[in-house]
Amino acid sequence: MSRLSQLVHENRQNPNAIAYAAMLLFAIVFPPVAQFTTGGNGDFLVSLAADGGVFVLMAIGLNVVVGFAGLLDLGYAAFFAIGAYTYGILASNQLISSPLGHGVHIPFWIALFVAMFVAAGAGALLGFPTLRLRGDYLAIVTLGFGEIVPRFFRNLGTISGGVNGITALDAPSLPGWLNGPWVGQALAITNDFKFTSGNPTAYYVLMVMLLILSVILVNNLYQSRLGRAWMAVREDEVAAAAMGVNTTTIKLLAFGIGAATSGFAGSFYGAKLSIVSPENFGFIVSVTVLSMVVLGGMGNIPGAMLGAMVLYYILFKFLPDAPAQASSIFSSLGLDVIAKPQPNGWPGIGEEIARAKFVIFGLILVLIMLLRPQGLLPSRVREQELTHKATEEAVFDLGAAS
Amino acid sequence: MSGQSILSVRAVTKRFGGLTAVDQVSFDVERGKIFALIGPNGAGKTTLFNCVTGIYPPTEGGVIFEDRSIGGSKPHQVANLGIARTFQNIRLFDYMTALDNVRVGEHVRMRAKVWDALFKTAFERHEESEVQEQAMELLRFVGIERRAHEYARNLAYGQQRRLEIARALATRPSLLLLDEPAAGFTPQEKVSLMQLVGRIIDRGITVFLIEHDMKVVMGISQRIAVLDHGEKIAEGSPEDVRRNQRVIDAYLGKSA
Repeated sequence: MSRLSQLVHENRQNPNAIAYAAMLLFAIVFPPVAQFTTGGNGDFLVSLAADGGVFVLMAIGLNVVVGFAGLLDLGYAAFFAIGAYTYGILASNQLISSPLGHGVHIPFWIALFVAMFVAAGAGALLGFPTLRLRGDYLAIVTLGFGEIVPRFFRNLGTISGGVNGITALDAPSLPGWLNGPWVGQALAITNDFKFTSGNPTAYYVLMVMLLILSVILVNNLYQSRLGRAWMAVREDEVAAAAMGVNTTTIKLLAFGIGAATSGFAGSFYGAKLSIVSPENFGFIVSVTVLSMVVLGGMGNIPGAMLGAMVLYYILFKFLPDAPAQASSIFSSLGLDVIAKPQPNGWPGIGEEIARAKFVIFGLILVLIMLLRPQGLLPSRVREQELTHKATEEAVFDLGAAS
Repeated sequence: MSGQSILSVRAVTKRFGGLTAVDQVSFDVERGKIFALIGPNGAGKTTLFNCVTGIYPPTEGGVIFEDRSIGGSKPHQVANLGIARTFQNIRLFDYMTALDNVRVGEHVRMRAKVWDALFKTAFERHEESEVQEQAMELLRFVGIERRAHEYARNLAYGQQRRLEIARALATRPSLLLLDEPAAGFTPQEKVSLMQLVGRIIDRGITVFLIEHDMKVVMGISQRIAVLDHGEKIAEGSPEDVRRNQRVIDAYLGKSA
């Protein structure tokens, strides 16, 4: 107990520790609160949160590539696609119609890691010839890769299911599961538990576990010699090499670890949705995840996570709900002139907002970046870079030096 | 000869397009001594450094370090073999702390693998604490331990030069290349820098430096080579070089 209170005391001033604690608390209370506030109809919200976790996971991975190692990757969704398709092919009846002749059904818990390694391999494969490029050139190559991969899967014929993708993916299963009032049921242990879309809480818990695991591992890397080498490469590649850092290997590792995280997210996504199709992995996904990282605070793990949560909420909850919300507000104020469609051509506030959805989204992004250019929860570095004043000390400071 | 010389530069030529920056330069750096390379601006001194440290491959000629040919090796390979360097225009990792800068230097000798880092194995934690201690020791050695937790870019100019030396020493080199370590220093700072170089030699590290300041060079070097327009025009003890007519004409002018 005293160790705990000491831990709390030491980290009272540490914004990252506070952010982690707050996020963990939020993750724990979210499902019951969602259920209680909606009178037991909160499954939709919990399911949405589990999907959001996919983006949080991807933001953690992309943060390694962009934030730590400083490599601009515009094709990050490619690894997400590779993870999802790997799971799809390894855990469905898809291969029945392929030359192999029968479906492969590898258990989720194994396929999850297979997908991770396949994605990491793809990252290494892409990285090997391209990581000698710098800055803008690397961005263009990854952009191309991000376009190629979904097209590749669309044209892979019977193996990937073409335009329709792969359907009826296996759901994860566990030998047992605990149900309780938090999902609106009596406290009971279910044997031979199978994840279903009817019980999104299970997926939610799984996602939270994956996130905790990823944060711990990525944070360990960040604090190791590898993390320092990534930052050194980001700061000055020539100097890093002169200090004996093999910059190619180090960048390759960042790429591979980012890709692995994305592959992890991809296989979860496939398992939960039970379908993968080439339409789900376009450029927009890469850009969204990149925005999450930048908006949250590049180079800071909890920052990237927070950015992902905020942006996901805006994109998938706030904006879809906004038209109905707005028209009901104006109706309740008695302003039907605004709320309802009018003969003069006004389509009603709800419709108007629905049409301007992405304008609003853009405005919100611009607003956040104006108010917090360094990100919602920035790393110390970004904070300094953007707020650095010309308060350098006296240039010649011998007294302190010798 | 090889027991005596730690580095030998053999007829190294470096051309950039039509420009010959370094032309058929040869010399030997003796183990345990201070060797200086001097010459007017644009003489090709830094280019030669870059050829030795693998930043440029030499167009012609070879570089032998500890009886091994290193011409054409990659910079990180050269660093692994035991050559460390500083840069003429300070190239620190600006947004890393002074301590972390030095710890990047320790990177070469660290053995923790990705696996160790991912799971913070006992080995990794032990190595990290060891490296932290050694890095602090190096910061103390160059006299900036009080600023260990500041970002490199927030350090004063003189401290940044010292931090670069500490970072280079962290790679545990047998040969240290200093590219104009006293540039921009006050006379007082130059004295303390010379003392620092002396203490580096005491650690058994050979020092090979480029310097403009004649007082620094003449005061500490055992041997000097002079470059002008990419060619070596003289080599010898400080006294020889000071009296050499070609050197006086090309570089020292009437002030010498």
